[in-house]
Amino acid sequence: MPRARVSRRLAADVCLLVAAVAFALPLAWVLLSSVDAHADLRVKVPHGLTLGNFHAILTPDITYTPLLNSLILCGGATALTVGCAALAAYPLSRFRSRLNRPFLLSILFATSLPITAIMVPVYALFVRVNLIDTLQGTILFFAASQLPFAIWLMKNFMDGVPRELEEAAWTDGANALQSLVRIVLPLMGPGLAVVTVFSFVMMWGSFFVPFMLLLTPDQMPASVSVNDFFGNRGMVAYGQLAAFSVIYSTPVISLYVLVARRLGGGFALGGAMKG
Amino acid sequence: MSGRRRLVRALPLAPAVVLLLLFLAGPIAYCVYIAFTDLQLTGQARASFVGFANFRRAFRDDAFLNAVRLTLVFTVLSSLLGQNTLGLALAALMKRASKPVRTLTGGVVVTAWVLPEVVAGFLLYAFFRREGTLNAILDWLHLPRQNWLFTLPVLAVSFANVWRGTAFSMLVYSAALDGIPAEITEAAEVDGAGGWRRMWHITLPMIRRSIGTNLMLNTLQTLSVFGLIWVMTRGGPGNRSQTLPLFMYEQAFQNSMIGYGTAVALLLLLVGALFSVVYLRLLRTEV
Repeated sequence: MPRARVSRRLAADVCLLVAAVAFALPLAWVLLSSVDAHADLRVKVPHGLTLGNFHAILTPDITYTPLLNSLILCGGATALTVGCAALAAYPLSRFRSRLNRPFLLSILFATSLPITAIMVPVYALFVRVNLIDTLQGTILFFAASQLPFAIWLMKNFMDGVPRELEEAAWTDGANALQSLVRIVLPLMGPGLAVVTVFSFVMMWGSFFVPFMLLLTPDQMPASVSVNDFFGNRGMVAYGQLAAFSVIYSTPVISLYVLVARRLGGGFALGGAMKG
Repeated sequence: MSGRRRLVRALPLAPAVVLLLLFLAGPIAYCVYIAFTDLQLTGQARASFVGFANFRRAFRDDAFLNAVRLTLVFTVLSSLLGQNTLGLALAALMKRASKPVRTLTGGVVVTAWVLPEVVAGFLLYAFFRREGTLNAILDWLHLPRQNWLFTLPVLAVSFANVWRGTAFSMLVYSAALDGIPAEITEAAEVDGAGGWRRMWHITLPMIRRSIGTNLMLNTLQTLSVFGLIWVMTRGGPGNRSQTLPLFMYEQAFQNSMIGYGTAVALLLLLVGALFSVVYLRLLRTEV
């Protein structure tokens, strides 16, 4: 039996390593090409390491402005999402009402609607109300599209905070807002971090929303501007494209690692979809 | 409880509700409205009501039917067969594997998932291009090479979606498998049930709710993939990888037919809503 178990473990290890290599190949391409002076489309050991690709793209036009735009868009929308979600989750978690169930069901329903499908009408609507090509319009839409899931997550995390502490505060005369800000939110730090990081990561990677709602090149976030490497600059400089991809991806990967480590791997899924 | 008190208690919901109504429910309602008009992008003072003309047109439009077919192929290949099966296989293997291998594989697969959509698109574009990594590997193995993005574009974008989305299924199934009590698997093992039979008769029935949830969410996510395909093929060559979101985009913007594009969007939204309702039913004990 033990020998069978050892050989089974070995077989599983081999299978997983094969899968890992297959998944790693495209990732290896981006990392190796970013430091390769003669990068092309295949994975290969760089001909002489260079930071030239990074030097070439670290200019305001190519990197700093799009990243700053991404930060403004995603930061603003995340703040709005998390703020609204925290406020909304409080009565849903703390007070009983006949409306809670239908509200939560609609929220859950909305989490799984394909946002892609409504982008054409959103575009038409934004043209009509003059929100097209504005950062604030895009921020508002981003926040609204992320809110259902954020409320759902936030409510689940809030349910985990015991009520006794708040009841003590209520007897001391604190109102709902005070007990939310001073007692509940500090106690659900990890949950708050998950909602924040999750919203931010989703928006940071989103291509279709800014692609549709923003028109001026100066306002474009990195997710859209990265396409310029193909369109406007003639010959594609694959090394530079790879270097840009690395810089653009690093923030979300580090954020993910930060949160995943703190929560021990399960990430948002534990709270989001016990099923 | 007095009405006033109830109102005060519900007040914190207000900002979220306003945002959701204005920017989510509003566009959906508007979508329903313009799907029945002939709204165009330019040069038209006002749109007029055309009834079901956009929908009738869609079902006679070969390009639309082509997009429906490709969307089905894309969804079945990448979500049902790809992400779902591979995710379950990886999760099951991880239960048996040694810790370093588990951590390494999990890390790589999840990285592919966390990567921004457009970057994932570039990486897979480079992988499948004629002069890319896949053909280099095929050469090395002395197998015939292919111009993947030209000869089999749907297959290439489906693989790309598997690469990008498998981590989600893997995480869902890992959590589900951890929830199966060890005694049950051990008892089956003592009774002499082999690996496959245990999987089929014990594991799968026990995690069927996770399977349902996962399939539903995968499919919904796959239905709305745009950036990945856009970056890799732009829906081409011709329209051989043009799924519904790309078709909708092309009609609305390249052909300036906002009304028609929105009618297609509405169909997509309806399919999504249908899946969403099924998903809610699967979760109904949770709320």
